[in-house]
Amino acid sequence: MACRRRLSLADTALFVTCLVDQLFPQVGEATVDLLEQSGCTVAFPSAQTCCGQPLFNTGYRAEAAPLARRFIEIFEDFERVVTPSGSCASMVRVFYTDLLRDEPEWARRAEALAARTFELTEFLDRTSFSSGANLEARVVYHPSCHLKRELGVDEAPRRLLRQVRGLELIGLDDGDRCCGFGGAFSVKLPELSSAILEEKLKALENCDAQFITAADTGCLMQLGGALSRRGSGVRAVHIAELLAGRVAL
Amino acid sequence: MADERLQAALSDATDRLRDRRAQAFAEFPEGERLRDRARQIKRHTIDTLDTQLSLLAERFEAVGGVVHWAEDAARAKEVILGLATERKAKLAVKSKSMTTEELGLADALSDAGITPLETDLGEYIIQIAGETPSHIIVPAIHKTFDDVADLLEEKHGTARCEEHQAITQEARDRLRSSFLEADLGISGVNFAVAETGSLVIVENEGNARLSTSLPRCHIAVMGMEKVVPDLEAVSVFLRILARSATGQKMSSYVSVITGPRRSGEEDGPDELHLVIVDNGRSKLLADRALRESLYCIRCGACLNICPVYRHAGGHAYGWVYPGPIGSVINPTLLGPERAAPLPFASSLCGACRDVCPVRINLPHLLLHQRDAVVRASSTARIPGRSGFKGWVERSLVRAYARVMRSERLYGRAGRLARGIGARFASGGRIRRAPGLGAWMSTRDFPEPPKKSFRERWEEK
Repeated sequence: MACRRRLSLADTALFVTCLVDQLFPQVGEATVDLLEQSGCTVAFPSAQTCCGQPLFNTGYRAEAAPLARRFIEIFEDFERVVTPSGSCASMVRVFYTDLLRDEPEWARRAEALAARTFELTEFLDRTSFSSGANLEARVVYHPSCHLKRELGVDEAPRRLLRQVRGLELIGLDDGDRCCGFGGAFSVKLPELSSAILEEKLKALENCDAQFITAADTGCLMQLGGALSRRGSGVRAVHIAELLAGRVAL
Repeated sequence: MADERLQAALSDATDRLRDRRAQAFAEFPEGERLRDRARQIKRHTIDTLDTQLSLLAERFEAVGGVVHWAEDAARAKEVILGLATERKAKLAVKSKSMTTEELGLADALSDAGITPLETDLGEYIIQIAGETPSHIIVPAIHKTFDDVADLLEEKHGTARCEEHQAITQEARDRLRSSFLEADLGISGVNFAVAETGSLVIVENEGNARLSTSLPRCHIAVMGMEKVVPDLEAVSVFLRILARSATGQKMSSYVSVITGPRRSGEEDGPDELHLVIVDNGRSKLLADRALRESLYCIRCGACLNICPVYRHAGGHAYGWVYPGPIGSVINPTLLGPERAAPLPFASSLCGACRDVCPVRINLPHLLLHQRDAVVRASSTARIPGRSGFKGWVERSLVRAYARVMRSERLYGRAGRLARGIGARFASGGRIRRAPGLGAWMSTRDFPEPPKKSFRERWEEK
C-alpha cells in the first residue's frame, strides 16, 4: 500500500481520535480496512492529536480553540474526513463553528470542514459498502448519545450490522438511555456515572447477548470496563471491528 | 443516591411519567408541528418581551387588576407582604407555584405572622414534612405512599390506612374550611395573555381554582417570561404542556382569569394583583445563548428522562429548579458561586432536548454554562470526589493543551502514559490506578497496547 503514505493521492483522511490511537489501535486498523473496502484511498495525517473535545466539554473553550484551529489546518485539504467516533465527529461537525464563532474566517473554514467530516458508519452507509463478515452471535447495539442526538445517526449502524452474516441484533430495555460515560463526567462524578451504568448492565444481563457494540470508544471503555470488572462473558467491541470481521467468538 | 428506597421510588415515578409522555406524543401526530410552533411563539415573545409585558400590564389593569413589578425576590416579597398586612390577612391559601418557592415566600409570610397553607396535595405533604419540592410538577415525587402515611400519622395523628384515597381525603377535610377562611389566595401563573390581560392556570386538583376564587384578594405571581401574546398561543401550549408533563391530553382544570369579580358575579375575588418577577431573568435574556432557557414552560419532561436526575433526585440540585433546566438557569439566577457544580453534573446525553416541548437545546446550554463557570471562578472546586482546586485543574488543562499542540509531545506523552499503565496491568486489564480510584472502583481499564495506531501505521 505504498500510495497510502502519499497524502496527495488520498481522498480520505482518517481522523483516528486519541483514544483509538493510544488504547485501541486495532479499531483504527479495522476502520482503514472498511474505508478501503468502500473504495477510498486512506491517508493518516500524522500531525493530528486531539480535536479539543475534552477541553471544550469541561468548559475550557479558550484552551480548546487553538486545538480546533490546528485540526482544521491539518484536515481541510482532504476531500473527506472519517472517524470511528460519534462524539469526536460531532465535535468537528457541530461544535467547531460555535467554538470559533468570534473569528469569522475560522468559523467559515470550520463550517467547510464540518460539511466533509463523517462518522464511520454514517459514511459507510452512504457508499456501496457491504460487510462480508461472518459472526454467529447475539449482539446489542448501543446508540452513543452524540452519534444519535448530535449527528442524528441511528439507523446506519444497525443497517450495517445486519449485513454481518449470522449476527442477531438484540434490543435492550431502554436501549437508547445513556451509559453514563460522558467523558470527564465519569471522572468528576464517578458514583453517579456508575449508577447510570449499573442500569445499562442490568438490562444487558437480562438479554442473553454475547457482545455489546457501539461506534464510540468512550462508551465502550465504560461498558467494557464494567463488564470486565464483573467477569461478565459479554464483550464490548467497536462496530468497526465487527464489520471488518476482526471479531471471533 | 445512598437511599435505595428513595432511588427506587424516584426511578419508577420518572419512568412512568416518561413513558406516559412518549405514549401521548405517539398518539398525537401533530405534536411535533405544535412543538415547532410553540418554539416560534416563545422566540417571538422573548425577543419582544418589553413590548409584550407592557401590553400585558396595560390590559391587565384595564380589566380591573393591579400590576406590580419586582426586580428581585426581596422586592417581590415586600410587595406581597405589604398587600397582606394592609388587608390584615391571617391565612393565605397557596396553590403550587415554583416562582413563589423561588422567592421563599412561604417563610416570609410565616415570619410576618401570616399562615401560608399549601393546597396542592404534593406541596401540602412537603409543607407538613418541612421540606422543599424535588420536582417541578410532582413536588413529592421522592416520597412513597408509606412515607406519606407515616408522616400524617406522626404530624396529624391520622390513622394509617392502606387506601391511597385516605390521604387525599385527609387533605381535603383539613383544607376545605381553610379555603373559606382565607383572606388571601396566592397562585402562580402558567400563561399571562398580553392581548386580553388574562391569567391562565393549569392544574389537576382544582385547588388553584379555589385559591383564586374564594378569598377576597388574589395575588398571582409570575416570572416575567410567562407572558404570551394571545389566546391562540395558549391553545398551542395547552396541547403540548400536559402531554409533556404527565402524558394527559389536557389537565383536569384550566382556569382563564380575566380581572377580579365584576358586580353581579357570584364568584371571584374583589381584588386581583399580579406580581411580575425578574429575579435574574433579565441576565438570561441578555445572554445570546441562554435566552432560549426562557422558553421553558415548566413541564418537567427534561427531569423525567434525565439519567442524572433519576439517580440524584431533585434535592441534590440544591435549589427550586432541578434537572437539566435547573442546571442551565440556576448558575445565572443564583450566581456561579452557588450553582457552579450543576452544569457539570451531566453526561451531555441530550435526551432532555428530545422531549422538551419547545426544543430548548439543553445540552448546548449546559456547555455554555460550563464555560461561564470556568471563566467566572478560577478557584472553584470541581464537583465530585476528584475535587481538585480550580487552579490545579486549570494547570492540568493548560499542560494538556500544550501537549496536544505538538505531534512530538503528544507521541511522547502517549508512550509515557501507556508505559505507566502497563505496569499496573495484569491479565490484559488494569484494576487500580493512582488518581482514578473512584472511576476504577466499578470499572477496569484496558491494558494499553505496546504500540499506538500511529506507530503501527508508520511501520507498514
